[in-house]
Amino acid sequence: MAEKKEARIGVFLCHCGTNIAGSINIKEVQDYARTLPGVVVSDEYQYMCSTPGQGKIVDAIKEHNLTGIVVAACSPRLHEPTFRVASKVGGINPFRFEMANIREQNSWVHMHDKEGATAKAKDAVRIAVAKASLLEDLFPKSVPVEKAAIVVGAGVAGIQASLDLANAGIPTYLVEKTPTIGGRMSQLDKTFPTLDCSQCILTPKMVDVGRNENIILKTYTEVEKVEGYIGNFEITLRKKARGVMTPEEAEAKGIVGGGCNGCGDCSGVCPVIKGNEFEFAMAPRKAIFIHHPQVVPNIYTVDFESCIKCGLCVEACGDKKAIDLEMEDSFEKIKVGTAILATGYELFPIEKKAEWGYNRFENVITGLEFERLICASGPTGGHLVRPSDGQTPKKVGFVLCAGSRDNTGIGKPYCSRFCCMYSLKHAHQIIEKIPGVKAYLFYMDIRSFGKMYEEFYYRIQDEGAKFIRGRVANILEDPKSRNLMVFAEDTLLQRPVNIELDLVVLASAVQPSPEADTVRKLFGVSKSADGWMLEAHPKLNPCGTTTAGVFLAGVCQGPKDIPDTVAQAEGAASAASIPIHVGKVELEPYFAQCMEEKCAGCGMCVNLCPYSALALVEKEGKKVMQVTEAKCKGCGTCGGFCPGGAIHMQHFTTPQIVAQIDAFLLGGEQ
Amino acid sequence: MAEEWQPKILAIICNWCSYAGADLAGGARIQYPPDIRAIRVMCTGRVDPLFIMKAFQDGADGVLVSGCHFGDCHYLEGNFKAAKRMFLIKSVLKNIGLNDKRLRMTFVSASEGAKWAGVVTDVIKTVKELGPSPLKEFQK
Repeated sequence: MAEKKEARIGVFLCHCGTNIAGSINIKEVQDYARTLPGVVVSDEYQYMCSTPGQGKIVDAIKEHNLTGIVVAACSPRLHEPTFRVASKVGGINPFRFEMANIREQNSWVHMHDKEGATAKAKDAVRIAVAKASLLEDLFPKSVPVEKAAIVVGAGVAGIQASLDLANAGIPTYLVEKTPTIGGRMSQLDKTFPTLDCSQCILTPKMVDVGRNENIILKTYTEVEKVEGYIGNFEITLRKKARGVMTPEEAEAKGIVGGGCNGCGDCSGVCPVIKGNEFEFAMAPRKAIFIHHPQVVPNIYTVDFESCIKCGLCVEACGDKKAIDLEMEDSFEKIKVGTAILATGYELFPIEKKAEWGYNRFENVITGLEFERLICASGPTGGHLVRPSDGQTPKKVGFVLCAGSRDNTGIGKPYCSRFCCMYSLKHAHQIIEKIPGVKAYLFYMDIRSFGKMYEEFYYRIQDEGAKFIRGRVANILEDPKSRNLMVFAEDTLLQRPVNIELDLVVLASAVQPSPEADTVRKLFGVSKSADGWMLEAHPKLNPCGTTTAGVFLAGVCQGPKDIPDTVAQAEGAASAASIPIHVGKVELEPYFAQCMEEKCAGCGMCVNLCPYSALALVEKEGKKVMQVTEAKCKGCGTCGGFCPGGAIHMQHFTTPQIVAQIDAFLLGGEQ
Repeated sequence: MAEEWQPKILAIICNWCSYAGADLAGGARIQYPPDIRAIRVMCTGRVDPLFIMKAFQDGADGVLVSGCHFGDCHYLEGNFKAAKRMFLIKSVLKNIGLNDKRLRMTFVSASEGAKWAGVVTDVIKTVKELGPSPLKEFQK
């Protein structure tokens, strides 16, 4: 515990240009700080985080033999690490530094109340000085990092991230909830603006994943439980019952030369017909199925919800003995050092915007359904047809911002970012494929922000697509022809538009899937107001999260197109590989400690600890609590409850917090 | 003394959600009244009932405890445990004759800067309506 040493505190105030000094009288706070108990020096500088600013701290520590540092500046969430280093350079323990937040929680939110802000800054400094007087030397705990990583979600983001990690020599678990990797990108026909065939550029990467020795592919698998912390995550995976064994699994069971080789004989004889989810139920699949011919791994899956267990498939499989209709979910525990979440998106249920008639009118489809209908490997062999009668449409409407940029409370307030561009691409594709076709794009704004995107927009204009600036108000169906009457307003010409169309494609908004939200919570990642996963910093740490060792890639962090997704995946892979390559990480030493002389051994804390870090042990004839530091994450829940006040919560001790409360309410000026 | 009475309100807020949300309100320059002083803890689970009683004993007019939303706690369920304690503390406050509206627990995430500003504004308004804490009279 704190050795009795007279506190000698240095207070340093930052102007942050005019960010702070514009709303707070720095000189007044500086003079005030000198009156506080224990303060031996009070200084100020334009930018405390700059080299000369930090130099002031270093010099003052030596000159005044300081025992504690207070910097009143921005948020500790921003610059606490900076000033801890400065404290260390000056020669005192970095945990003897305390920050008073007078910018984010003061000058920036009380910009027009200089008197109020200055009074608040004085209190903030007084509270910080009170804490700094009681701070103790602490030492970060260095822990080894498991040389393995996990990537959750095997769309293009997860694929890219795992390939990068694997190529950097890191064994990587790639976990995917569906039977195949590939994600949304594998459902697309062509990609804007280059018009590359999506499958053609993705499948080589998918095959690489299957072949890479460092990638341990876990398809049809979900994350069940996450324990541990950076460097030492213990993750329980639920391998869903697939009903089919891989050759490796078969061999492990002693079936030589057996296991699924993807021949499809089973599917041929299966009598159950269901809608193929990959094709949005526009094509059939059997109860034993693969979603499409390019699946990786090329292993069939039994849909146990629709399987009638007739056993025909087992017969058809013959000596390979790959099918086990009694298979059950199995669990596996893995250890990894870092994790990347790449859980992607799902479409916003656009039927909620009832005025556009999705699900009511057969000829209103979503952009992803369009992708399957125009794709050569899709259910129609690439011939775009109307779902109602199989005819080739001659007049096609595209409704952009369908559910995006929607402040009605029904849709999503954000821009889904890639719908403008894919709608332009859709227009191009029908103009290319269907002679004489007319494409109408109903848009609010065309957001063609990427490389060569604006040029692509011009190209589609030149190709003859009609652009109508206005949101579609209503769509009605002619019950006979099943044509669609589209009502909108052309806001540029300021007149109503009323067109009869054969087919309407809704560029639906995107949203995180419920399963993605489960994964988010398992890994302790926060979410943004819009529901996507929250990055550690929107600009300076877009791949990181507030959970150390957990990184984000792709749309799970917010809508983005393929180039941005791949770029972020590479960034996340790079970030996730750093702790693994360094081999150790330092944990902030915010551990609970038991003050055994006060501990009554009641054990209440043991049950409160969410990490099972506490236990009762017998010591010198009495029961006391003992902390396993490696498991303690420093929340302090035990310390908040201990009836005897026997828990010493490092860096947030009861005397420190009470001193802060007293300093605020009882003053302390000399 | 200023003409208008300035209440003394203590906020104890968690590092991961509410403190970050308060920082976000700053970044977005969302203005709110200054009559609140925040102390940062890693988790609202750390909030010992003693802290709150000490604050009222010291003459605080109001106390705000703010953490993550349920299910979003950085430490799984510290906020839940804190919320359960609030019921106990509120009943104690009532027993000693303090209006339990002087203590509030809220849930503000790291992305809810505007909500933080709204919460603070509302807490200040509530405490101002209640007037100075009657416990002040017992102080020296």
